[in-house]
Amino acid sequence: MGARALAGRIRSGEVSALEVIDNCLAEISKRDSTIHAFVHVAYEKAREEAKEIDAKIAAGEDPGVLAGVPVALKDNLCTKAAPTTCSSKILENWVPPYDATVVTKLKAAGAVIVGKTNMDEFAMGSSTEHSAFGPTLNPRDTSRVPGGSSGGSASAVADGMVTLALGSDTGGSIRQPASFCGVVGIKPTYGSVSRYGLVAFASSLDQIGPLAGNVDDATMLLEVVSGWDPLDSTSLQRPSFILDSVSREGVKGIKVGILNELVDLVDNEVATQVRKAADLLDSEGAAVEDVSMTSIGWGIPAYYLIASAEASSNLSRYDGVRYGLRVEGANATLMNSFTRAKGFGAEVKRRIMLGTYALSAGYYDAYYAKAQKIRTLIIQDFQRVYERFDALLAPTTPSVAFLLGEKLTDPLAMYLSDICTVPSSLAGHPAMNIPFGTASGGLPVGIQIMAPALGEASMLKVAKTLEQASQGGFQ
Amino acid sequence: MTAAASKSRPILPSGWEMVVGLEVHCELRTQTKLFCSCKNIFGDEPNTNICPVCLGLPGSLPVLNSHAVELAMLVGFALHCEIRPSIFHRKNYFYPDMPKDYQITQYDEPINVNGYLELSDGTRVRIERAHLEEDTGKTIHVGELGASGRIHQAQWSCVDYNRAGVPLLEIVSMPDIRSALQARAYVSELRGILLATNSSDAKMEEGSLRVDANVSVRRVRDQDESSADGELGTRCEIKNLNSLRSLVRAIDYEATRQVALLESAQEVVSQTRHWIEDEGKTLSLRSKEEAFDYRYFPEPDLLPLAPGLDWQKEVVSDLPPMPQERRDALANLVKEALGDDASLKDQVALLVELGLDTLATEAISSGADPRIVINRLSNEAPADHQAACRLDPKNFTALVVMEKNEQLTPTQAKAVLVEMLKSEDEPLKIAQRLGFETLGDQDLSAVVLQVVAEHQVEWSRYVQGEQQIAQFLVGQVMKLTKGRADGAKVVRELNKLGASENIEK
Ligand SMILES: [Zn+2]
Repeated sequence: MGARALAGRIRSGEVSALEVIDNCLAEISKRDSTIHAFVHVAYEKAREEAKEIDAKIAAGEDPGVLAGVPVALKDNLCTKAAPTTCSSKILENWVPPYDATVVTKLKAAGAVIVGKTNMDEFAMGSSTEHSAFGPTLNPRDTSRVPGGSSGGSASAVADGMVTLALGSDTGGSIRQPASFCGVVGIKPTYGSVSRYGLVAFASSLDQIGPLAGNVDDATMLLEVVSGWDPLDSTSLQRPSFILDSVSREGVKGIKVGILNELVDLVDNEVATQVRKAADLLDSEGAAVEDVSMTSIGWGIPAYYLIASAEASSNLSRYDGVRYGLRVEGANATLMNSFTRAKGFGAEVKRRIMLGTYALSAGYYDAYYAKAQKIRTLIIQDFQRVYERFDALLAPTTPSVAFLLGEKLTDPLAMYLSDICTVPSSLAGHPAMNIPFGTASGGLPVGIQIMAPALGEASMLKVAKTLEQASQGGFQ
Repeated sequence: MTAAASKSRPILPSGWEMVVGLEVHCELRTQTKLFCSCKNIFGDEPNTNICPVCLGLPGSLPVLNSHAVELAMLVGFALHCEIRPSIFHRKNYFYPDMPKDYQITQYDEPINVNGYLELSDGTRVRIERAHLEEDTGKTIHVGELGASGRIHQAQWSCVDYNRAGVPLLEIVSMPDIRSALQARAYVSELRGILLATNSSDAKMEEGSLRVDANVSVRRVRDQDESSADGELGTRCEIKNLNSLRSLVRAIDYEATRQVALLESAQEVVSQTRHWIEDEGKTLSLRSKEEAFDYRYFPEPDLLPLAPGLDWQKEVVSDLPPMPQERRDALANLVKEALGDDASLKDQVALLVELGLDTLATEAISSGADPRIVINRLSNEAPADHQAACRLDPKNFTALVVMEKNEQLTPTQAKAVLVEMLKSEDEPLKIAQRLGFETLGDQDLSAVVLQVVAEHQVEWSRYVQGEQQIAQFLVGQVMKLTKGRADGAKVVRELNKLGASENIEK
């Protein structure tokens, strides 16, 4: 059942929030021993919150649009009531003294937070295998990864454990797992959702976004968490999105470009689905055309330099002095080194080293500064393309979900799985995954829809049209 | 700091000159910190003014305090700087008192550039930049401390993060300073500007004003010392200068040390050096080769800062008169009344430095005697100049008038002023309370007669023209009247008495 319908039933008293949450918690305890989507389940707290919602309803107060709807949060979103670990040893058991802005907004809307989901440590990874607390499995095929870094959130939704989940996307961390797990995942325009309380990986790229079973639910969650936040200087001074009715308007007259470079790059089965999607949009009245964007291939090197550079600085605060893990040493510098050596996993260390190197005196111009130039170039290229198109169509990932362990020992291969998603991240543009058919093994294929900054409306119209066709049996 | 003291005195052997540039960090006097809404206040219980942002907790984000920007611009205007669109950078290094392990600061695009500060000796010290940044916390090392107070010698350390995130303005001068006393004059004048703009407490002893000195020496190429564009020597940066006295001593020590090295054919190594006040010397902290690589890069959590012209205009309209202007104004006022009197120049400068020039001006304008005004304010008021700043101009004027009219002796007037600093009472009331009712002329004559009678020997020497003995006789009168007598009046009385005795003879 969709989030809106569920909240409606709870509000009308057809079913109590507590019943819904108890069901949800029972599902989690039954299924999550296999999937391991959660690193923390808020059994007690969630039931308390559900009771509060029921009390509000009984008292005739407005419990909010998401009243009683179970929501899972990626474990890099700060919650007063539960540990926030980023799936890292260095923050194991750390409980923030404050709620992230999105958490405050969710609570105000009546949503019930049922737990914190597994992720690649500090959101660095594309498979959720880089979690200090063990990998999450893909519910569509448990021999495969759910994607990452928001793999826990994607699996929890895909497996029906929760209705809604929040993830964070730095270079594809919502879209790629959404694609692997066959759910909807949106990375909104940079600045449209407050980052306050999102543990930073790469500040200029990080953006919180929804994962859900369908476009309407994802849209609803996006509406709830979006909007200006004075606590985040990079948040855009505009009200929350109002998109729900817009997404139903269809694609007639919308100009959609097919990004050749990306389609040519991916597995045949994935490319085939993109072409099918294009045909479908065309038949629904969109103006569909191929388009080329040559700078797109430079996205991966630019992204990994910029994201790692920012990460090397963002993660330096985990020094053992104030919170989290501390490994004693003879002096402060040694304590810092020992703490970080023990607390961070291999992938995080790799990125810190890469980023530190890219910012070092003598290398800054060759790496960080050059990467920023490429970023500018990609933004300019997008600008040129969006003069002619309202939205772009591309694959979300080069392949369907890969096997557990398949890329774990080959960081570069792992990095390349982000090739389709990093361009929009570098530009700060919205982009999303919409499940569209399956590959031969029955694994979901995801289509990526991109739009210019604040172009969420056209993006969602395209998504909704593709979703309706999917549900109608179009493959 | 006064003009007279900033004149150079020979410290270095002839043929050498020192070249000094100063980096001054001052804490801006805002209600809240630079990037969060915690109180910016000195001396509270440790770790009481903290929040997720200034503790650098995961997920927290900085939001720029616009009042800090206004104060930065205000100081920038006072220092004749250009206000520029600017951005923030991260300066990355590990230190336990720095919550994020990077400092948010301004690097190659600071808010203020290309200004100058004019010293009272007429020297113009160019200001390279004055930029915004956040302060760190404060580490207290407990245990065995070495002379340098460095962390690895401590048993354990406590960190107070109350200061973390307090807004700082770092004001960097060009190497235009040529003596330690000139450096002192620069810091004093800068302090005056910070106080005048109400932008900082500027207290070196509390650390709200901190100075690092870059010192190098070079041979004077020719007699024309003013040619400042000669090649600079290798410089050392001196840290831990906690008072103006340390600043002067450290610069003199360091320049002398460098000259000694060069004269014995050794080299000056580029270093950061620590001033050890107790031993009166600088010690190497680290060589510049070991310097940190700070990996500066633009702070992605903040937007570029480009104050619009309207905002700049609004800020500059708040710019009060600067110390130089105020010195000139008060000096002119005094000059109108007393004519040129070089001896008053230092006192005028002191009053401006203490912020008492407004009170002086008001008192003089409402008819108080300028010399008494200047004397009282520069002698008695500094003991508690904050209370002095709060003095009611009417009361103060009344006091000066009483002294001028000889209702109070200077000694009594001083005592009344000291009391006025403690209470808000009128001077007349205080004088009564202290028993300072004017000694009647008849009473005075009686006391003088008594003294003359008791000290016949001294009296006859005085009458015979031995003027020095007057001091003794006046002293005796003061003793008997417990200071209530006016010295000048006593002398008049003595003379009158002496004259009549001579006539009788
Ligand atoms: Zn704070």
